[in-house]
Amino acid sequence: MKNPFKINKNIKLKKIAVPVTVLLLTGSLTAFSYNTELTTSTYVKSPDFLEKKKDSVASVKAFEKVYSVLMSPRCMNCHPIGDIPLQGEDSHIHTMQPKRGKDGKGLYAMKCANCHQPENTPGLHAPPGNPNWHLPPADMKMVFEGKTANQLAKQLIDPNQNGHKDMKKLIEHADDGLVLAGWKPAEGLKLPPISHKEFKKAWITWLETGAYAPKQ
Amino acid sequence: MSVLKINGKSYTIDADENMPLLWAIRDIAGLTGTKFGCGVAQCGACVVHLDGEAVRSCVTKVSRAQGKQITTIEGLSKNNDHPVQQAWQDIDVPQCGYCHSGQIMSAAVLLRENPNPTDEDIDTAMAGNICRCGTYPRIRKAIHNAAEIQRNSTKS
Repeated sequence: MKNPFKINKNIKLKKIAVPVTVLLLTGSLTAFSYNTELTTSTYVKSPDFLEKKKDSVASVKAFEKVYSVLMSPRCMNCHPIGDIPLQGEDSHIHTMQPKRGKDGKGLYAMKCANCHQPENTPGLHAPPGNPNWHLPPADMKMVFEGKTANQLAKQLIDPNQNGHKDMKKLIEHADDGLVLAGWKPAEGLKLPPISHKEFKKAWITWLETGAYAPKQ
Repeated sequence: MSVLKINGKSYTIDADENMPLLWAIRDIAGLTGTKFGCGVAQCGACVVHLDGEAVRSCVTKVSRAQGKQITTIEGLSKNNDHPVQQAWQDIDVPQCGYCHSGQIMSAAVLLRENPNPTDEDIDTAMAGNICRCGTYPRIRKAIHNAAEIQRNSTKS
């Protein structure tokens, strides 16, 4: 499937003038083309999302906050590079090494919900809980671990890498149950670096101002 | 008051719904084959089947188990002849035996979902069941044997 997002690199801010050339309407908005350059960021344009006020500086600034949350253990621990989740504030490999499985819910006697209850289990080192506890599925791993801000920003708005989410679904995702669970850590675990309210504001600001990816 | 269906039998449990299922199984239903190990889902001694899944009953609340089929080691088979139980006896797997009801319940789920497990599959499935006596080589061997027993019983 062709990636519907168009990526234009090295657009200079000063020269941002007009989204120009082609605007194709074939039942839905299909493509924008820019002949300007941006020095601070890479612009990633969604075909199904019209920004209210495109602003690369505000967008990149908002993504700094988003990135600080997504790379915190409460988010990153379930978005590992490998097929085993991470644990704790130092994001070490999950003890017992439970495997992702095809659907992200574990394998055999080692399924996530066998230990992780619908709610946090009281006590230090007891399993955190959520009714929907799982990793991303094997065919859409949505890895956060090891990603630069630039890489993660691009990945987050690519439907082929983000769970087929369009912009509307991405915005809604800020209130997803598992996202919110990050702010209800089990005993002894830290909260993400900013509140969910601040995160949601930054997330939506990033998307609505153009979903620019930081240069690095 | 909660009603729990354990090994096909209904038990009326007069206890807080937040009570760990393990407590209800052992102290109220009187089925003591399931063991308490760590209490925080780390060791696997307390594994029972909840609608067929190998849950850790020390962290599973009574409220989660209501309306579901609970199977303990006592109910895994009618005559202690589940292929895993047969293999366990054939090879004489346990040393002290404390962890083995949990080991057997986990192995039973593995064999149900994967009738021909490799060593890697066994490691994946059993990594959450700790044996302080170190009977792991015999556990692995017994699971391979149980798979063979299961295959043969399916053929006949």
